[in-house]
Amino acid sequence: MSGGPHRAQSVTEAPEFRLLIIAVAVFALMSFLSPDRFLSTQNLTSMAFQFPEFAILALAMTITMMTGGIDLSVVGVANLSAVVAAIILTSFGDPAMPVSDSLMWLGIALTASLAIGASCGLVNGALVAFFGLPPILATLGSGLVFTGFAIAMTGGSAVMGFPDTVAWLGNERVIGIPVPLILFAVLAYALHIILTRTAFGLRVTMYGANPLAALYAAVDINRMLLKVYVIAGMFSSVAGMVIMSRANSAKADYGSSYLLLAVLIAVLGGVNPYGGYGRVIGVVLAVLSMQFLSSGLNMLQVSNFARELIWGALLIFVMVINTNALIGVRSARASSTK
Amino acid sequence: MTGFLPKDFWTRNETLVAGVIIAFCAIATISDPLFFTVTTVSDLLRASIVIGILAIGAMLVLVSGGIDVSFTAVAVFAMYAATKIALALWPDMPWPLIFAIAMLVGSVLGAINGIFIAFFKLPTLIVTLGTLSVFRGFLLTFVGSQRISALPPEMRDFSRGVLARGTTEAGNFYSIPWSVLALLGVIVLTWFILQKTMLGRSIYAIGGSQESARRIGINVKWTQFFIYVYVGALAGLAGIIHGSVGRMADPFSLVGLELSVIAAVVLGGARLIGGYGTITGTLLGVALIVIVQNSLIVIGIPTTWQSVTIGLLILLGTGVPAYRAKRAAARAG
Amino acid sequence: MAESDASPFIDLRAITKRYAGVTALEGVDFAVNPGEAVCLAGENGSGKSTLIKIISGVEQPTEGTIEIDGHAIGQNNPRIAAARGVMVIFQDFSLFPNLPVYENIAYPTQMNAHRRFFDRASARTLAAEVLDRIGVSIDLNERVENLPVAQKQLVAICRALASNAQLIIMDEPTTALTEKEVQRLLGIIRKLKDDGVAVIFVSHKLAEVLEVSEKVVVLRNGNKVAEGPAADFDTQSLTFHMTGRDVPEAKPGAVVAGAETLMRVEGLGKQGVFSDISFDLKVGEILGITGLLGSGRTSLAKALFGLVKPDQGSLTVDGQNIALGDPIAASHARIGYVPEDRLTEGLFLTQSIMRNVAIGRLDDHARGSFLDMKGLFAEASDWIQRLKVKAPDIQAPVQSLSGGNQQRVALARWLSRAPRILILNGPSVGVDVGSKADIHDIIRDLAKDGIGVIVISDDLPELLSTCNRILVMREGRVTDEIDGVTATEADLAHRLAS
Repeated sequence: MSGGPHRAQSVTEAPEFRLLIIAVAVFALMSFLSPDRFLSTQNLTSMAFQFPEFAILALAMTITMMTGGIDLSVVGVANLSAVVAAIILTSFGDPAMPVSDSLMWLGIALTASLAIGASCGLVNGALVAFFGLPPILATLGSGLVFTGFAIAMTGGSAVMGFPDTVAWLGNERVIGIPVPLILFAVLAYALHIILTRTAFGLRVTMYGANPLAALYAAVDINRMLLKVYVIAGMFSSVAGMVIMSRANSAKADYGSSYLLLAVLIAVLGGVNPYGGYGRVIGVVLAVLSMQFLSSGLNMLQVSNFARELIWGALLIFVMVINTNALIGVRSARASSTK
Repeated sequence: MTGFLPKDFWTRNETLVAGVIIAFCAIATISDPLFFTVTTVSDLLRASIVIGILAIGAMLVLVSGGIDVSFTAVAVFAMYAATKIALALWPDMPWPLIFAIAMLVGSVLGAINGIFIAFFKLPTLIVTLGTLSVFRGFLLTFVGSQRISALPPEMRDFSRGVLARGTTEAGNFYSIPWSVLALLGVIVLTWFILQKTMLGRSIYAIGGSQESARRIGINVKWTQFFIYVYVGALAGLAGIIHGSVGRMADPFSLVGLELSVIAAVVLGGARLIGGYGTITGTLLGVALIVIVQNSLIVIGIPTTWQSVTIGLLILLGTGVPAYRAKRAAARAG
Repeated sequence: MAESDASPFIDLRAITKRYAGVTALEGVDFAVNPGEAVCLAGENGSGKSTLIKIISGVEQPTEGTIEIDGHAIGQNNPRIAAARGVMVIFQDFSLFPNLPVYENIAYPTQMNAHRRFFDRASARTLAAEVLDRIGVSIDLNERVENLPVAQKQLVAICRALASNAQLIIMDEPTTALTEKEVQRLLGIIRKLKDDGVAVIFVSHKLAEVLEVSEKVVVLRNGNKVAEGPAADFDTQSLTFHMTGRDVPEAKPGAVVAGAETLMRVEGLGKQGVFSDISFDLKVGEILGITGLLGSGRTSLAKALFGLVKPDQGSLTVDGQNIALGDPIAASHARIGYVPEDRLTEGLFLTQSIMRNVAIGRLDDHARGSFLDMKGLFAEASDWIQRLKVKAPDIQAPVQSLSGGNQQRVALARWLSRAPRILILNGPSVGVDVGSKADIHDIIRDLAKDGIGVIVISDDLPELLSTCNRILVMREGRVTDEIDGVTATEADLAHRLAS
C-alpha cells in the first residue's frame, strides 16, 4: 500500500526488519568466522543451488497460511508431479535422443507436472472450500493420497534415466546465475505481486484476517480458496521439478524433511499461521538466514544434525521475541488509552 | 451411559471407524479364512503398542485444544538417551529402571514444550514444530547418531518376556509380549485421569473454552504444563518399548510417524478445535491404521496402495462430519 | 423482598479507580441488599464494567472500601469474592460447550471444595437439585452446545446457584432472549429474590428488567448520576441520565410521491425460520423491520443479501430476479448489507481503514490484472472524509477506532459501491449517542439520494426517527405494518410484544 506518515517508523517495527538484522548478522558472523571458505564463490553458488527447492515449497506454504490454512501436501504434490514427469521422460525419451526431441519431451513433462500440481491443488481447495474440512486435515489426508499415487505408480523405487536436458533445470546457470535461484526469484516476486498488487491477493489477506467478515463483504470465498490451493499446488510441482533435476531421478519419498522445513520457514518469515499477515520479503529473509546459518555451520565442521537443532531454536527464539514484543506494545497501548 | 446407546451413537466417528474395521475383517476373512486367527490378531496387537501409546498422548493434547508434532522426537530422544545412560553407567541395569529413565527424560522434554506453551503462550503447533527439530538435532549432534544393537541385556530380556505364547492348530506361532501390559497400563491410567479426576475434567474444560476455564478459576497454565509433561513421559515410554522390542536403539527411527499418529487420533473422533476425544475412539483409529498398514494385501489391495487408502480414510473420516456440520449450519439460517 | 433497613449484602464506599491517569470511577457508593435486584445502567465507557470488575475482584479499586456480607474486604480477588457468593454471569455465559449440563453446573463447586476426584453421582444430584430449585427441567446429560441460548443462560444461573451464590451479576441478560424467555427469566429472578439472593443487572437496555428491580443506579463518565427506586424510571428518563442530554426527536422525511418500486419480495420463506414474507421497497424509502430476538428479523435480513438461502419465494430488483442464497449475486444487484456484529462480521479489525473500505471496490479498480492502488486510496480517503471518520491515518488498523467511527467505516465500504439498496442490521448498536444521531442523519441523507434503505433494529426510537414504514415480525411472520411518521413508541412496543 502507498505510504503514510508512519512509514519510516513502521519499517523498523516490522518483524521483517528483525529478520533482516538476523540475516545480516548471520552472514557477517559466518563471513568473520570462516572468511575464505564461506565467502568463496564456490560456497555462495552451492548455497544458491541448494535452497530454492525447499524455499519454493515455503512460498506455497505461505500463501495457504495467509488464509489461515496450511498445506501439508506440498511435498506429496512435488513428488507426485515429479514422478509423473519422470515417467513421461523415461517412457518417451532416452539419454541418447537428439537435444531438440528431448527439449520437446521436457516441455511436455513440465506441462504435465504443472497440470498435476494444479489438479492436486484443486482437490485440496475443493476439500477446504466445498466440504468444509479443516485445511490441516484435508491436506494431511490428500498429501498421503498424492504420495500414495506416486508410490503406486513407481512401486516405491526411483525413476531414473532422463535425457541430459533435464539436468539443466537444477544444475545449470544462465548468465552466471543458477537456474533454481532464478526460478525461486521469479516465483517469489510473482507471489509478492499477487499478494500486494492484485484484488485476489488483497482478498486472501483480508479473508485470513477475518473469514466471516469476508463472507459479509460478498467476497467469493470458494473461488478464492480454490485459487490459493491451486497456486500452492503449482508452486509445489515446480519445486518437484527442481528436486527431480538435481537428483536426476524422481521418487515418492524425496524431500520428506522439507514439509516441516517449509512450515518452519514460513512462520519464521513472519507469516501469521492463523492468517491475515505475511510478506514474501520476510519469507525470503527467513530462507536466507537458514541457508547462511546451515552452510556456515557446515564450513565450521558442525554436523548436519546441528542445523536442525539451530533451525528449531531460531524458530522458537523468533516467536518469543515477536509475541513478547507484541505483548509489550499492547500493554503500553492499553495503559495509555484506558 | 445408562445401558442405552448414547444419543449420537450413529453419527459418532467411533461408530464409523468400528464399522470400517468390522467390514474390513469380514471381507478379509471371506477372501482368506486364515486372516482372522490368533496369529494375525497378536501380530496386529504387537504392531499397535508403540503407536497406541503415542496416540493416547496425542489425543490428550488435542483434547486440550493444542496439537503436538514433537512427540516422536521426544520418544526417540528418550529411548536413545536412556539406552546410552544405561550402557555408560550400569550395563546390567534392570529394565524398569531404564524405562523410568526414559520416561523421566521424556517428561523433561515435555516440560520444555509445556514452558513455551503454557507460560510463554506460544501457539502449540509452532512450538512443537520447533522442538521437533531441536530435540532431534540435539540428539543426533550431542548424544549420538550411531545405531546401537548391543542393548543392555535387561532390555532384551524385556522384549523376550511374553504373557502368552503358543502355536495354533494350523501350526502358526503367536505370542503376546509384556509390552501389551504397558499399553494397558497407559490406557487405564489415562482413562482414570481423564474421567475420574478434577485435573482430567479440567483438560476437557480448557479444550472446550480456555477463557471460560480461566473465569471459573481453573489453573490453565499448570494444567497445560501437566499435559505436556505427561505426554512427554508417555512418549518416553513408547520410545523405550520401541527400542527394546526392535532390539536396536536407532536414533533415526520413529520421527516421521507423527502425522500418521495424529491421523489415527483424528479418525477416532478427536477434534482439532479441542474438547473432544476419547480413548476408545483413539484406540479404534490406531487399530484401523495398523490394520491398513499390515493387512491391506489380504483384501486384495496391493501394499503400494497403503498410503492412498490411509489418506482416503482420513479424508472420509473427517470429511463426512465436516460436511454434515456445514449443511446443518446452512439449514439453521 | 428486601427491607429498606436491612444491612446490605455488598457495600462499596467512595470507590475511585484510575488507570494510568484516566479516571474510570470517581467516588462511587454502591450497595445491594439481600434479595434486592438492582439495575446498573450506563453507556459504553461509563464505568459500569469497571464497577463490576471491582465487585467481582478482577480489579482493585484505587481508593475506597468494599464490604461483602458485613466483612470488610482488604484485598479483593475473584476467589475471595466467589467464596463470599459473588457470581458473575457473562454475556457469553462462559460455559463449556463440549461438556454435559450437570458437569457445567457442578464442576466449579467441586473445584472450589478442593476435590481431587470428580464425583459424577454427587454432581448429577447437585445439578438436579439446582434445576429443581428454579423450576426448570433440562436433560442433565445433554452437551451444552446442543442447547438453545435461553437454556444455556439457565445453566449458567444454575452454576452460580450451585456455588452458593448470594449475589448474581448478570451482564446484558435479555439481549439474546425472546419475549417468552425473558418472562421466564424474570419469574426465576423473582424466585431467587424470595430466597434472599441479590441480583445486579448490567445493561444499556433495561426496560425489560425494570419490573423486577427495586433500584436503579446510573453511571456516566465514571460518576453516579442517578439512583432511586425502579418505579421512578422509564426508558426515556434512563436514556436521559445515561447520555446526559435529551436526544432531539428527529422525524423521517417523506417518500417522494409516486416513487418507483425498487425491490419486491414475494412469498419468501425458510422452513422453521420465517415464512410468507412479502413487501415492496420504493426508491428513497427507509423501511424498518423490527421484532424481538428469535422473530426471524436477522435471518430475513441475511436472506435478502443471500447469506441465508430461503426455500421458497422470490426477490426482484428493478424487475430482475436475484438468485437466492448468493451474496455475490446480491452485491452485483447493488444490494449492500452492514451486519449487526461489527467486530466479528463487519470489519477486518487488524487491517487498515483503507483496506476495509476498498475490499468492496477491488474489481472496479483493476487495471488488467493489477490494482490501481492510487485510485483505491483516493476513493477510500474521500469516503472517510465524507462520512467524517475521525482517524489519524487511513492506513491505521480499524481496531484503533471508536465504535461510532468503526460503524462509519463499515458504511463507507458499501456506500463506495453506490448501492441501490442498503440493509443495515442494528446500525447503532454499541455506538455512543453523538455518533448515533450522526448515523441517523446519514441514513436519512442516503434515502434522499434515492437509495432504498432497510433498517433492522429493536431500538424503537431509532426506527421512529428514521423509517417511513415499519414491519413488525413475530415468529417468522410479518404481523404488522406501521406508518413510521404517525406511529408512537408505545404503540410500536405494544405491537412488538402482544
